[in-house]
Amino acid sequence: MEKDYTYERRKWVVIAIVLAVLGVYGAKLYDLQLGDTNYGDAAASNAYLNRTLYPDRGLIYDRYNKLVVYNQPAFDLVIIPKDLKAFDTLDLCATVGVPLKEMKERIATLNNPKRFSGYQQQVLLRHLSPEVIGRLQEKLFRFPGFYITQRTLRQYAYKAGGNLLGDIREVNKNDIENDDYYKPGDYTGDMGIEKSYEQYLRGRKGKEIYMRDALGRLQGRYHNGLDDVEPVAGNDLKMSIDIELQQLGEHLMEGKIGGIVAIEPKTGEVLCLVSSPSWNPDVLVGRDRGKNYNVLRNNKYEPLYDRSYMAAYPPGSTFKPTQGLIFLQEGIITPETAFPCSRGFISGGMRLGCHGHGSPLPLRPAIQTSCNAYFCWGLKRMLENRKLYKSTTDAFDVWKNHMVSMGYGYRLNIDMPRESRGFIPNSTFYNERKKEGWTAYSIISDAIGQGEILASPLQIANLGATIANRGHYITPHVVKEIVGVGVLKKSLERHDTSIDKQYYDVIAEGMRMAVTGGTCRGANIPGWDVCGKTGTAQNPHGRDHSVFMGFAPMNDPQIAICVYVENAGFGATFAVPIARLMLEQYLNRDKGGASSAAADAMASRHTVMGWSPIFPKNYHSDEQQ
Amino acid sequence: MSSINYYNPEEHSLPRSIDWVTIVLYFVMVVFGAVSIYAATNSEYSLEALFSFEQNSGKQFIWAGLSFVLGLSMLLIDKRIIEGYAYPFYAVMIVILIATAFVGGSTKGSHSWISLGSSIKIQPAEFAKCATALCLAKLFDTYGFALNSLKNYAIAAGIIVLPILCIILEKETGSALVYSSLILVLYREGMPGFVLFAGMCVVIYFILVLKYASMLLLGIPMGIALCFIVAMVFTVVLLFVYCRTSELGRNVLLWYAGTGLAVWGLTALGVNVNGYASFITTIAVSVLYLLWGMLHDEMRAVQGIIAFVILSIAFSMAVNWGFGKMAGYQQMRILVSLGVEDDPKGFGYNVRQSQIAIGSGGLFGKGFMEGTQTKLKYVPEQHTDFIFCTIGEEQGFVGSLGVLLLFGALILRCITIAERQHSTFARVYSYCVACYLLFHLIINIGMVLGITPVIGIPLPLFSYGGSSLWGFTLLLFIMLRLDAD
Repeated sequence: MEKDYTYERRKWVVIAIVLAVLGVYGAKLYDLQLGDTNYGDAAASNAYLNRTLYPDRGLIYDRYNKLVVYNQPAFDLVIIPKDLKAFDTLDLCATVGVPLKEMKERIATLNNPKRFSGYQQQVLLRHLSPEVIGRLQEKLFRFPGFYITQRTLRQYAYKAGGNLLGDIREVNKNDIENDDYYKPGDYTGDMGIEKSYEQYLRGRKGKEIYMRDALGRLQGRYHNGLDDVEPVAGNDLKMSIDIELQQLGEHLMEGKIGGIVAIEPKTGEVLCLVSSPSWNPDVLVGRDRGKNYNVLRNNKYEPLYDRSYMAAYPPGSTFKPTQGLIFLQEGIITPETAFPCSRGFISGGMRLGCHGHGSPLPLRPAIQTSCNAYFCWGLKRMLENRKLYKSTTDAFDVWKNHMVSMGYGYRLNIDMPRESRGFIPNSTFYNERKKEGWTAYSIISDAIGQGEILASPLQIANLGATIANRGHYITPHVVKEIVGVGVLKKSLERHDTSIDKQYYDVIAEGMRMAVTGGTCRGANIPGWDVCGKTGTAQNPHGRDHSVFMGFAPMNDPQIAICVYVENAGFGATFAVPIARLMLEQYLNRDKGGASSAAADAMASRHTVMGWSPIFPKNYHSDEQQ
Repeated sequence: MSSINYYNPEEHSLPRSIDWVTIVLYFVMVVFGAVSIYAATNSEYSLEALFSFEQNSGKQFIWAGLSFVLGLSMLLIDKRIIEGYAYPFYAVMIVILIATAFVGGSTKGSHSWISLGSSIKIQPAEFAKCATALCLAKLFDTYGFALNSLKNYAIAAGIIVLPILCIILEKETGSALVYSSLILVLYREGMPGFVLFAGMCVVIYFILVLKYASMLLLGIPMGIALCFIVAMVFTVVLLFVYCRTSELGRNVLLWYAGTGLAVWGLTALGVNVNGYASFITTIAVSVLYLLWGMLHDEMRAVQGIIAFVILSIAFSMAVNWGFGKMAGYQQMRILVSLGVEDDPKGFGYNVRQSQIAIGSGGLFGKGFMEGTQTKLKYVPEQHTDFIFCTIGEEQGFVGSLGVLLLFGALILRCITIAERQHSTFARVYSYCVACYLLFHLIINIGMVLGITPVIGIPLPLFSYGGSSLWGFTLLLFIMLRLDAD
């Protein structure tokens, strides 16, 4: 048979159509599978239901292993909008005790595909009581799309240390943007230790991966649970804080504004970090957190502002030991050098007042009596010494560097958020501030911790620790050990000052004399050689602040302390008796600590007119726990 | 040596003369298909599922095994029997199709199944493709038959349309549409090219009108305006191509361009130009001019072109009317595939999910039986019509492009086989096979990719189902038998 070639060329049209189809479809395949698309994510969000398993947050213990912060279970009712089906709303409302209208509104808000993914679980009701959960659990099957998740809330064994311990809150948008770990609904530490040790306390979330089919039914575990992740509980913390000392401190500061910091000099361990007004940490737990937080934030005494380490106060006379140290180190004076005091520093046409005491007097008695004139003379001599320094400016910068080496003017890097750095001026500061030029006279009040000088109670207490150690300090820290991780390196960092040890002995002796027969006799505790220095800091905000800085015992010291009471007058009136009780409490802890009657008496002496506690806590009922 | 070719049994033995390329392609595709069905319906390896008749994958392995037997037996049939029984076979199939429409079991609204026992169902429409191809081949093979008279056209068209009508009666529109692909066979066998061209225009107008229905141009739906413009462009092109002189084409082009510029200018000046009036006036004037031109020259060509213009306009304006006659779900499927409607939860759900499945496969796929979209039933019919999704998701771009290329190779092989036939019967038949495959490829993979509307027809040799697999096995092996000579 002959082949018919009539229309043979038309095969090319057919072939062209075939090739065109292959080309178009191949291109579309390329576009779908290799193009820049998010089909992979879409498939994953279809198929996998990740249920987050929340870890237990690390517990917090005090230095004597007393449990301070622990967890209590809390239950949230969550919904997965995509799983919602018709249910008996009235029954649900009755079970959980929420009005029908509110329930409908809440569900409508969450079941809004424009705002929330239908696959993501959303918290409908927070912190339901175990009784409610008990009732709900039985009929949960009647409410498709509703689930119960267990979370943990904080519980406080001692009603103290609100600012110190901090609290936890739900993460906000910033947290989520800054740290991949967080997902909406997670908790994070908000203040204090909870914030600064967040990454240890939070642990690691786990997850269970389920497969879900197109109808939203769970089809069992993905890979039989092989890819599930168990949650890892957070690390426990062992604080260096003595929680009972902390508690007493807050009690003593009742009705007063200020802070108390106590440090173990050898180790830099902070024994208490008291800020007043204080508040009951229980109030920032649970459903009322938001409301109570606002009460605290809006209170005129700013209780959330931790005065013990965030504040910057004029240190007043507690500053004088640093001056004595610098003058000795620089050879401006010897311990025996005496300066005159005629009820004040009178020189160059100016007068800076002092109180009555013998004159002239050398360094030790000058510290004992807190003589203003002595340290003014010293600073004047130093700044005007042209043998040692080319100019006043040079001399002042030498002075400033000594101050910095003693932990002033910069943050000490305590393991707490938002530490204050205080303020120590340098020559540039004065060159700019005093355009007409400046001399020793213009800045003479720096010598007595007034003028431009500012320091936090933490820095002042750290000075006490430095003198106690005779020339060095360990970075102060509130957490001794992260259980399972160990001690943070920066908690062991030793800082030596630029002053020789022998000069510290002189200062310590002066401070001992102040306690035995000087300005702070009230701090004398039988059996312990307390060393101290009072301060009465003038300030533009009313009455003088009452300050005490000291340590005990003189040799082999166990505790250094700073008490700072705002607008309370002489150092001796408030700061010294408070410090005494604190020292007693710590040093005599095996013999019952401070006298309870004396403590109550101090607690009832208020410096704030018409004082009423913000969130009261009963100190004594606590003690019996 | 004598120059006479003696019949040499060695040369003509089956293994030597058969087209092994097609056999290998067929074998690879059937195995690939059965494995994909296994992957689509199981989530863990199990020997039981492999051979269990209770499970789709097990059944498919059995169908596949039997299809090899079926193929082999086709190769053993005498060619003369195939040619001789073409008409009776066709007649019997038509009767069965009609009977099925009345006695057939109902699956999802269609009555296209005959049940044999409890677990075996046969879909006669799948075998009718073979019968129709044989019948058409037989017709063209008739001595002296050619597409040169209205009567012959009517007979050829009748053979194609009859099974379409029967299958529509079974409410199985998708399978019915397959026969429309045979228009390509008619084209190859002599049908004038302009019919194909007209078919192409119909599709273009249809798409334009529906896709741009909501926008307005000159106060009329933009889709219809675009159809007018396309028709005008084609008119000018046709005039240049089919007329001996370029005078007619040039003048019409100038007229169209001039009025276009004028309308554009007026609109820019803020004058409201009525779209229908301006388009129809412009085109009417050009038609009058062409009628005048016809008196002078180019009688037949100009006649055809005038008919083209008028029909184009009529069709464009009738699309909406025709579309309104379709079933609601068909309308939605078409609108979704055109991207006019975005309905990811309703009619767009299947397409959206199948795109997610394929798209999430990436280059190498998620791995055998690791596809979540298909496993968790996000993709519907994942072992039948949407089997390509499983391949796309689990085997990735490599696997799905591989399948596409396998089909391309098989279709081109069919064309090659067709073109080397000496007998019209074998050539026409082979072209029918190529066209069926091409149509299934376009519609099935097109719908999975979201290019064409969702029309329920299987992917040949891949989709689950014994009837479809056997139907195509029959088609291919009869072609091979005819070719093996």
